Amino acid sequence: MNELRGLLQNNNLKIATAGVPLLADALSDQLVPISRIDWRPAVPGSQEALNRVMADGRRDGANSLALARMLAAGALLVDVRQAKDALGLEPGTFLHAGPPLTWERASGPMRGALLGGTIFEGIASDAETAEKILSSGGIDWEPCHHRDAVGPMAGVVTPSMWMFELLDPTTGNRSWCSLNEGLGKVLRYGAYSGEVIDRLRWMREVLGPLLKLAVQRRNESPAGPIDVQAILAQMIQMGDEGHNRNRAGTLMFLRDLLPDLIESGAANSDVATSARFMGGNDHFFLNLVMPACKLQTMAARNIPGCSVVTVMARNGTDFGVQVSGTGDTWYTGPAEIPVGLFLGSYTEKDANPDIGDSAITETAGVGGFAMAAAPAIVRFIGGTVPDALAATRRMYEITVGENVSRGIPVLEFRGSPTAIDVTRVIRTGILPQINTGMAGRIAGVGQVGAGLVNPPMECFEGAIQGLAQAAPQVG
Amino acid sequence: MAQVHIEVRPGAYRDSVSLLEVSRAVASSPGVEDAIVAMGTPLNVDLMRELGFHLDQPSPNDLIIAIRAIDQAAIINGLSTMAAEFSSIDQRARSASGDGQLAPPRSVGRAHDADLALISVPGTGAFAEAIDALEAGQSVMLFSDNVPIWQEIILKEFASSRNLIVMGPDCGTAVIGGVGLGFANVVRPGPIGIVAASGTGAQQVLALLDLAGVGITHCIGVGGRDLSAEVAARSTMSAIAALAEDPDTKTIVLISKPPAAEVAELVRSSTSAISKPVVFALLGEGSPDLTKTTEEILGTIGVVVPDWPSWGEVSTLRATGKYLRGLYSGGTICDEAMVIAANQLGQIRSNIPLRAEWKHDPFAESIEHTFIDFGDDAMTVGRAHPMIDSTLRIERLHKEMADPSCGVIIMDVVLGHGADADPAPALSSAISEAHDHGQKTPVIISLIGSSGDPQGLIRQAEILSGVGAFVTVSNATAVNIAISLIQMNEAS
Repeated sequence: MNELRGLLQNNNLKIATAGVPLLADALSDQLVPISRIDWRPAVPGSQEALNRVMADGRRDGANSLALARMLAAGALLVDVRQAKDALGLEPGTFLHAGPPLTWERASGPMRGALLGGTIFEGIASDAETAEKILSSGGIDWEPCHHRDAVGPMAGVVTPSMWMFELLDPTTGNRSWCSLNEGLGKVLRYGAYSGEVIDRLRWMREVLGPLLKLAVQRRNESPAGPIDVQAILAQMIQMGDEGHNRNRAGTLMFLRDLLPDLIESGAANSDVATSARFMGGNDHFFLNLVMPACKLQTMAARNIPGCSVVTVMARNGTDFGVQVSGTGDTWYTGPAEIPVGLFLGSYTEKDANPDIGDSAITETAGVGGFAMAAAPAIVRFIGGTVPDALAATRRMYEITVGENVSRGIPVLEFRGSPTAIDVTRVIRTGILPQINTGMAGRIAGVGQVGAGLVNPPMECFEGAIQGLAQAAPQVG
Repeated sequence: MAQVHIEVRPGAYRDSVSLLEVSRAVASSPGVEDAIVAMGTPLNVDLMRELGFHLDQPSPNDLIIAIRAIDQAAIINGLSTMAAEFSSIDQRARSASGDGQLAPPRSVGRAHDADLALISVPGTGAFAEAIDALEAGQSVMLFSDNVPIWQEIILKEFASSRNLIVMGPDCGTAVIGGVGLGFANVVRPGPIGIVAASGTGAQQVLALLDLAGVGITHCIGVGGRDLSAEVAARSTMSAIAALAEDPDTKTIVLISKPPAAEVAELVRSSTSAISKPVVFALLGEGSPDLTKTTEEILGTIGVVVPDWPSWGEVSTLRATGKYLRGLYSGGTICDEAMVIAANQLGQIRSNIPLRAEWKHDPFAESIEHTFIDFGDDAMTVGRAHPMIDSTLRIERLHKEMADPSCGVIIMDVVLGHGADADPAPALSSAISEAHDHGQKTPVIISLIGSSGDPQGLIRQAEILSGVGAFVTVSNATAVNIAISLIQMNEAS
């Protein structure tokens, strides 16, 4: 009695209907339980490519595999090292957020951060000299993602900066992220004044080495390395969404590391200053969430036929997306200006287009995708609580599955929506929801607000064409 | 002797509160003595060892299932309780809105509890939706047309590999367990299982069976191209296999245009091992009409063929001109009528001609004997199907009644789910209006409907016969009467 999975013996048929309402009405008239689909035509111009990708027999299995790998990836904090050692970053080579970018096309905050990085590394002593060096090709730069690293906002990484090093024990992959500088005027928002450079120097001389000592002590203790993935799962149940709110995560991290900081043998005053610095910055843990998310999406890379997004990143000019089935190819479109709330008297006119690698959080199923878990921030980014619930629920339409270890309490612990499927974005027209900070468009201004943003549809239109070309030819 | 079941599922995370619920449910299932379903943390493993479950230290990321029960059956029972518990937790989560506002799903695959998807989106978007449904484990009825054949083949291959079926594309009619999908008549339960590559062909058989008091188990549509050489009867074979296994189905009927020779061979060889009678109702020249086929089906189950009901008096009808005009909404019954008519009258012009050289533009004036299928794809672009909206057909009826060369008009009226809720009044007032202008061309109605159809078969028939139309439930009868009126006119 197993032919057609028992369809003919089912006395309790449930039917999904898409299309002509009259046909659905005819079923309702027969008192058959139906689920009416709110169907829309695919994004214009993409239907043919979409059909080819849908016809690729590898896709469904590849996407399930990608999801399984993303869910199996761990993230242990195994070291804190300088970028020159951790990433082999040569003198005169910088990393930045988003897809590749030239100086000519770089936005204000990206230029500001590159200027600051040049001064911080001692290559130039002032902004004017730094600009000459940068605009004349005196520095090489490439995306953080090209080295398996991630950087928030401008994401500028220079060789002497300290990086968190995270290990995924399942795959052996490693990912890196710089240390978070705090809020206000900071390099990642394009500020490069004296106070910014001074803070970076303190981080290089005091905070970085101290964190390294503490992390090493912790690793050698019976407790073993700090499990960033485990903190991430807990913080989702404590009102954080892991992108714009990392308060609970930061405190849990500090709780885990504090004993080893104290016992590190460093001067009490340095320990106290460092603890105050980390505890006083609600976003400190963002720079650990990001590489943990990167490890998840790295695990899903390069699966033939897979339409799962493995990178979403912005450089302040372009939004770039990478997809598992097409490897390292970037699909880009113009970065949009977020919609949200502004600090002080700043307005939309002061805001730079979307910037930063932090959309890796949404790529891995947190941030905007877990908005329903973080009602405390919805007003800050200009929304309401029902908006937040609707945003998370909408993301289930474009993801392959759910991460049950990140249960969202208000949704009866339904796992957060995970693994963005390009075909579902193209079919439904629903774009990934990203929570983000907003940088001022003028170099040096810093943060001007926070809000919501989407990738441009062009990224997904490009990706579906790329996947179609990589699909076996049929028809 | 107690049985012990220990199972490790790597990486299958569930939160501890859910697992407590699940453990409690499994432990209270009949015959189970102890049960723990938990993540493999040291604490949980200690707990299991205290209860006498012996296992090596697993990873904390492994889900451990440990059950002790009186026998193997109780263990299996416990495992199925566990599966049901997990699925109920998932279901609760998927239906949780947080604020009571649940937006409808945006794709069929996200209707998580659906068994079947009824897809009628425009043809270009149909393939993606159908694949999505199949991937979600749903069989598909694909009402959409204009789906390329390569896509149809992929869908059907994929469906068979997943033990599912694709009914369609361009499938207008199906009945699954009494549920009418698309244009379907209300039928009673009974012993006949139908596989149909033709929508209105199936509706004629369904309606006649019903009027003979015979019901069906299922009517599985397969789409008009299923028995082509390219598609190679993929859905037909799945449907026949499913009906062969269905205990309530006693006779299987396949309704189709004559298939490609190698496909016919394929289908016949697949039916040779089936112990139930299989009736091939093949449509077209040289084959029996659908009414005769229905009578043959009745024979296989020993039911006496009734007198097919009709309304009106043939003897009062006189053709008003030399030619027969057919205005159909159903393609297959239009085709059936043309086959019968051409046999007696010769050339029949049509937009769906029996022979290429008889092709006629349906928007041009009729010439001699002309039949129009108003349901043909080219006539429904940007317009509802004529079974739903009869505006075009009624306009044409007026023209034909005013045409002195037109002797008799034959039309179908299809009832059932999905069709016009009350087709007779509009049609009968058009006929009366023509009569008021002195236009007396007889109208023969082939009324395709069952006794349970929501429009009311008898009521529809009485309204139409009330204005002088002759109404019969057999399309073959209708066309034979029309032909004889034309022949009588010629003879006189």
